[in-house]
Amino acid sequence: MKLSIDIRKRLGSFDLAMQSVIEGDHSGIFGASGSGKSTLVHMISGLMTPDSGELHLDDICLFSSRKRINLSPEKRRIAIVFQHARLFPHLGVKANLFYGYKRCRPEHRKISPEALIEVLNLGHLMTRGVNKLSGGEKQRVALGRAVLANPRLLVMDEPLSALDDSLRYQIIPYLRSVSEEFGVPYLFISHSISEMQLMTDQVMVVSEGRIEGISTPDQLARAGMASNPKGYLNLLRLNGAKKQDGLFHCPWGNSELIISEGRTGEESLFELSSRDIILFKQHPEAISARNLLECCVAELFDSDGRKGVVLESGGKRLVAEIVRAAAEELEIATGTTLFAAIKASAFRRLG
Amino acid sequence: MNLSPQDITAILLSMKIAVTATLLSLPFGFATAWLMMFRHFRGKVLLEVLVNLPLTLPPVVIGYFLLLFFGRNGWGGAMLKSAGIEFIFTWKAAVVASATVGFPLLVRSIRLGMESIDRQLLQASRSLGATWYDTLFTVVLPLSLRGMIAGSSLMFARSLGEFGATIIVAGNIPGVTQTIPLAIYDYASSPTGTSMALSLCGVSVALSVIILLLHEVIGKQLETRREA
Repeated sequence: MKLSIDIRKRLGSFDLAMQSVIEGDHSGIFGASGSGKSTLVHMISGLMTPDSGELHLDDICLFSSRKRINLSPEKRRIAIVFQHARLFPHLGVKANLFYGYKRCRPEHRKISPEALIEVLNLGHLMTRGVNKLSGGEKQRVALGRAVLANPRLLVMDEPLSALDDSLRYQIIPYLRSVSEEFGVPYLFISHSISEMQLMTDQVMVVSEGRIEGISTPDQLARAGMASNPKGYLNLLRLNGAKKQDGLFHCPWGNSELIISEGRTGEESLFELSSRDIILFKQHPEAISARNLLECCVAELFDSDGRKGVVLESGGKRLVAEIVRAAAEELEIATGTTLFAAIKASAFRRLG
Repeated sequence: MNLSPQDITAILLSMKIAVTATLLSLPFGFATAWLMMFRHFRGKVLLEVLVNLPLTLPPVVIGYFLLLFFGRNGWGGAMLKSAGIEFIFTWKAAVVASATVGFPLLVRSIRLGMESIDRQLLQASRSLGATWYDTLFTVVLPLSLRGMIAGSSLMFARSLGEFGATIIVAGNIPGVTQTIPLAIYDYASSPTGTSMALSLCGVSVALSVIILLLHEVIGKQLETRREA
């Protein structure tokens, strides 16, 4: 997917002027609320007309003020998943799911409804009324409805913001797998860096009606490390946990992590703040933290006066955050060996 | 209850006029409400004023305008005459009078219903490949049903009570254009008509109560169906 944007729009005192090109099937638009990302999404999907400029999706011209082209939303084939599921209240789950499918030209129907229903685990919901569904189920139906329309591009406009934390991370695997399994490129809109890290490969950063640039989710997380109250969030997918003495032992690279709030059986996602990692220059004799990893410093970066230390241990990476003075005392440089101590309770299970 | 055959005719005629006026107005009411809620165009304010004018104008004035328009020398009259249609002082004129007077009530109710429709539902529908008229019929229309039923019952009730405009364009001809209010008017002006007038008043009250009850029941049913 390649999206070329060069548009201007004035809405009252808000002035939007954006120009950029983003490529890749898992792209994101990142920005605070009021930055203009929703307006941009509306213009991409044809729900709002720019004052002037051009919009291209792959080789299709969606809008051009010069050539007087303005494709109507139904011709753009850009399906949207909204923050709140926005299912049609007068239709059942099945009719909602097939709303776009029925309106899709037969030659464009590439996704099999049965396979999608299976992937999204919707089989048992088909005969229900939409008001009897939970928030997560609604969002899955909304996602299925959008994907079954066989769109050129799937736009997810903060699809997780309305869900609580545990549900949010239950939905993410669905969002990703649907796109990968059925080959639908997506544009993921959010103001959460972790969501960007989990969902996207590159991100368009939007602020005050302008595009600040294209970045990777990791660069974004690094840049926001000092200002984010939780620092840089390391996201770890762990499975094969074993329970011993009330703690969960999870294999991680060549070593093992000890976690208090783990789960045996399925794969789980954990977040670990860069501020919860304590670094030692030498092996401490005894510490209360359950995890002590011998690491090699792979990279160092600056973020607003803080130092980010990219640690490598057993083939896996973690980012720790320290102040400059600490970096000097520890004499940290790329290639140095350090010991990282992490409390078992510092890992927060997301889903 | 003391109803003469002439009263029965008046009741049936009232119902016929009210039903016809309501059914005829519904599609126009829906279209007008939709235009005013979801479309941006020049002269919207003018349309708004025009639609709501019958609400504030004395019905007699509306009747007089209709008479001028559909009369022998009016545009409408000339057109109908060339088509061979007899209009003034027939029940058809009473239908048009009722429709004109009740129209703003219908539009207002439908608009209220449309206001509660989430705009993102319409956006979702468009982004899923529906054209604007597809969205209109598969999303806006079903979600406006409650407003349309509320508006129809209001308009139906208003039509049953229509007097001023009707008497001017349709007259008060027993058996032809005499509706319940016109019959009551006749009884009220005769010294011996009190009990007859009261009977018809009773019928009026009963009809109104039935309409309001039906309105409530259908509204409730729609609500429970949506929750199911």
